[in-house]
Amino acid sequence: MPNRSRVIPFPGVEAELPPILRVEGLGLSRGGRRVLDEVELSLPPYGITVLMGPNGAGKSLLLRCMAGLVEPDRGAVFTALGAAPAALVFQSPVLLNRSVAGNLRHALRLARIPRRARAERLDDLLMLAGLGDQATAPARTLSGGEQQRLAIVRALAAAPKLLLLDEPTSSLDPAATAEIERLIARTADDGVKVVLVTHDRAQAERMAEDVAFLHGGQVREHGAARSFFGQPASAEARAYLEGRLFV
Amino acid sequence: MQPFDGAFAQAFQLMVSADPALMQIVGLSLQVSLSAVVIACAIGMPLGAALAVLRFPGRRVISLFVSAAMGLPPVVVGLALYMAFSQAGPLAVLDLLYTPAAMIVAQTVLVTPIVAALTRSAVAGLMEEFDETLRALRASRGQRIATLLWEARPALLTAALAGLGRAFAEVGAVMIVGGNINHVTRVMTTSIALETSKGALELALALGIILLILSLAINAAAMGLRPRPLGLAYAK
Ligand SMILES: Nc1ncnc2c1ncn2[C@@H]1O[C@H](COP(=O)(O)OP(=O)(O)OP(=O)(O)O)[C@@H](O)[C@H]1O
Ligand SMILES: [Mg+2]
Repeated sequence: MPNRSRVIPFPGVEAELPPILRVEGLGLSRGGRRVLDEVELSLPPYGITVLMGPNGAGKSLLLRCMAGLVEPDRGAVFTALGAAPAALVFQSPVLLNRSVAGNLRHALRLARIPRRARAERLDDLLMLAGLGDQATAPARTLSGGEQQRLAIVRALAAAPKLLLLDEPTSSLDPAATAEIERLIARTADDGVKVVLVTHDRAQAERMAEDVAFLHGGQVREHGAARSFFGQPASAEARAYLEGRLFV
Repeated sequence: MQPFDGAFAQAFQLMVSADPALMQIVGLSLQVSLSAVVIACAIGMPLGAALAVLRFPGRRVISLFVSAAMGLPPVVVGLALYMAFSQAGPLAVLDLLYTPAAMIVAQTVLVTPIVAALTRSAVAGLMEEFDETLRALRASRGQRIATLLWEARPALLTAALAGLGRAFAEVGAVMIVGGNINHVTRVMTTSIALETSKGALELALALGIILLILSLAINAAAMGLRPRPLGLAYAK
């Protein structure tokens, strides 16, 4: 029997609130290897949870499991999301070969937003992304930062309660990064729970309420951001933050 | 070269004067081939998309047969349909032999695998690119297929054109099931074959030139329909 008794302490202030999503004993094999192994994680219902960990730790796969796109081999993901499932923005988002507005209209249709509500929602999303002037431009001619903003608001088309973002700023300059961070912060302020994967420590410190650290397919620690950055509990997290973790 | 020059002159004469016999042949050709391509697209595009998107037993075998059928020799298709439609054949009751309808059936059989196979490969490629994104956006299976077909429209246009090229160019199948009957089942390619064998080059040449012009015109129109490429080597 795998060891299921390992308890990951639930971070700080929201401890009394029930989690919005709970991962229990999650295991996943890929290419004959266990890439996720007994993952335990509880997401507090509000704010931004940052997920960190070295390349290949399993962050992207864990997000896919949380979004229900990948069926785990073992364990389960429990959510209190009801009918509004988690939205996921991939590490390299794929936009349709249509205009900016066309991409959003398509997502609104898929999200089964009633026809008469769509025009207004479309305007809201364009404004939120700061892409009002580029509504008719082909989506694939946008800059990397603009494409990333479009991908994020496209994921918001379905009005999700949980937004999973996989390294949304990994290839962006500081100004574009700041815009994405503003967009994420606004989304979280609107009551959407956000999980943000990033390798950018400064970004994590700016954005995170709590941090989960994934290594070798396991959550090694999960705690309030301040304590994670001030005094990481695991040797791996310490090594990762100091840039001496080699996998 | 004297007889050839004369043949060219007469060919242009036939075309410029809109010779009724010539026009009838061209009209029937267009009718038969366009009908066949429309039917082939109606069958082949959903079939190709289904082969790309759906996972069902036998999918790979069907894909293999569809691909292989792209190279069906027209005379073999013609022969098989001839036997099916002939008096002793299983489809004799339809009474289609030596009618334009039989020619449409024959060309549909030749074109459908081309449309289906090209659609399948285009949609399969797009599926690699888009499927996870569409599933993350909670698209149903039908919505995913519809989105992929819409995104694939330049490739679908190419598939339809490839099918039309095949239909316009083939002789063997329409010759056998249509019989090349004057005013009834005589089309451009069968006339060219007949007139050339009789040594009457002018009509054959005129038809040949018209065939080329039609082909160019249809492809030019299709090029106008195609979206402009964005000139981006990456799709990020
Ligand atoms: N389809 C697959 N087949 C084989 N191995 C896979 C497959 N998908 C993922 N993996 C492996 O699973 C491990 C975790 O992958 P994942 O993409 O989740 O890492 P990550 O933490 O997101 O890394 P990065 O920071 O580089 O994005 C990697 O070692 C990867 O090679
Ligand atoms: Mg990743």
